[in-house]
Amino acid sequence: MLQALTLILLCQLAGEAVARATGLPVPGPVLGMGLMLGLMALSDRVAGMVVPVGKVILRHLALLFVPAGVGVVGHLDRLGAQAGWLLLAIVISTLLALLVGALVFLVVAHLTGSDERAGCEEGDGNA
Amino acid sequence: MRDFAEIWSYLAAGPLVWLTLTLVAYVAADALSAATGRAPLANSVLIAVILLALTLWVTGTPYPVYFEGAQFVHFLLGPATVALAVPLYQQRRRIRRAALPVLAGLAAGSVVAIVSALWIAGALGVERDVLAALAPKSTTAPVAIGIAESLGGSPTLAAVLVLLTGIVGAVMVTPLFNAIGITDWRARGLAVGVAAHGIGTARAMQVHPTAGAFAGIGMGLNAILTALLAPLVLGLMV
Repeated sequence: MLQALTLILLCQLAGEAVARATGLPVPGPVLGMGLMLGLMALSDRVAGMVVPVGKVILRHLALLFVPAGVGVVGHLDRLGAQAGWLLLAIVISTLLALLVGALVFLVVAHLTGSDERAGCEEGDGNA
Repeated sequence: MRDFAEIWSYLAAGPLVWLTLTLVAYVAADALSAATGRAPLANSVLIAVILLALTLWVTGTPYPVYFEGAQFVHFLLGPATVALAVPLYQQRRRIRRAALPVLAGLAAGSVVAIVSALWIAGALGVERDVLAALAPKSTTAPVAIGIAESLGGSPTLAAVLVLLTGIVGAVMVTPLFNAIGITDWRARGLAVGVAAHGIGTARAMQVHPTAGAFAGIGMGLNAILTALLAPLVLGLMV
């Protein structure tokens, strides 16, 4: 538990340092995620250690957005007179992005023969 | 016995009350969400935010005081992003097999998210500096803030628009895909990770582990792609 948490923080720290040093437009934690994925792929021991702890952290991922969400409420007036238009743009644009993203995925999956039947869980080595 | 107001003003100045109330609000919101069978509108983030915003308003508490306590929860966003490596690792064979559809869906979703938002808001007469904050709305907050600033938009407004997009996407995704009959969890997850970043990913994880893993990869890759695309599209369109 403690080792896994330490490793997670080390990956984040390394990610932050690399992002800062290289000026990459990618946040440190996202680089840290890539680093962690690499470590898990290289070592079954690391994977066995991190998987249960990661699952616990992610079970309530939604909770972690609450403090920032509360901050948004105080800034809703910043949207000003355009609030309605911005919300409309967000709703339609998100709808379109969801539709197009999923449909393009399905079409390319079909063309490249990587279809999966709905709900069919293959053996994926995630024992 | 001291009076309530005195005890409250002592406690409300420290972080414990606001940290505790953040968890209480979320536990209540999550219970409500579970009781409705994870109904899309009973989104746990949305309910907890409304409960807490009302509490701050009623008690006259400024946000910085609240954040003193809530920062401990907020801080965990970074480690949780690193922990997204876990579902990616567990589904790695599946993701590798679907590499081409993932990249195609990512590119399409990312472009549509930026172009359509700018086009609609621009057509409605929204000003350029606000458009600069809107362009990166589908990507994760730290990236969006950086992009908005470099384009001349307000970082605070960018954060507000990012969070609104996340909640809209998380509320919309399940009824939308159920209505049009898309049942492939990979496609559903990827699309919501690309369109609605971490809040969409959190929703996907509640719904299905495969959707959660594909949402995680969609969110991570879109952080990179939006950083490249948003300045380009804004330059072309505005």
